[in-house]
Amino acid sequence: MAEIVMAALVLLGGFFCFVAGLGVLRLPDVLIRMHASTKAGTLGSGLILAAVAVYFADTATITRAVATILFLLITAPVAAHMIGRAAFRSGVELWKTKIEDDAERKLNR
Amino acid sequence: MNIFTLNIVLAVAWAALTGNVTLSGLAVGFALGSAALYVTRPLFPGSDRYFKRVWLWSKLIVLFLYELVVSSVQVIWDVLTPQHKARPGIIAMPLDAKGEMEILLVTNLISLTPGTLSLDVTDDCNTLYIHAMFADDPDAIRAQLKGGMERWVIEAME
Repeated sequence: MAEIVMAALVLLGGFFCFVAGLGVLRLPDVLIRMHASTKAGTLGSGLILAAVAVYFADTATITRAVATILFLLITAPVAAHMIGRAAFRSGVELWKTKIEDDAERKLNR
Repeated sequence: MNIFTLNIVLAVAWAALTGNVTLSGLAVGFALGSAALYVTRPLFPGSDRYFKRVWLWSKLIVLFLYELVVSSVQVIWDVLTPQHKARPGIIAMPLDAKGEMEILLVTNLISLTPGTLSLDVTDDCNTLYIHAMFADDPDAIRAQLKGGMERWVIEAME
């Protein structure tokens, strides 16, 4: 039973990570790419770590898996935010993007 | 926070008395301890608030995991289908969350929920700029984030 659950988690996680990578490759601009790498990437890594915890099922592994998932949830959006912010401020061209109000002035683009 | 300390003391006591000082022993002790505290609520002033907070945090975590799955599926759909249907836009959202921790939590959660990515916060910390993948109706997105993630975070933090 644990093996089936683990296999399903690894496959799903691998799929999410693969599509996240594909998204970085083929989506049209840097900010949309960040959507793929943060959301699908985090979920994929989380699922794989959950599979590791289910398979080994001992205290040391479970605490490490939980801690790693927590750190991923904290750091992935921060990294995406920093990359997106740097791209926006340095004036990278954005694909068909409607920029609202005076965002450009307020964010020193 | 007092009730929380008490709950941890109960968990440690349970683990020590059953001779099972492991993660699962502590977890069982913690669960039994909170059950005992819940039953004896009238004796401990402030425990109603503690259990309300626990409930709000659990709600935040469950809703957040659900949103993370929805957003990943949405991103995957956009990656795997041949045309890009995204209509991106940058939207300003006034922030009600106060304090660095609340803002950090709100912006992090917004980055991980469907179709939105925190882009930047203005220097005075009261406007958040988000990048939305489907920005046909900015007001709807603003309303959804304010009534959803931001409200849940403020409720859980205060």
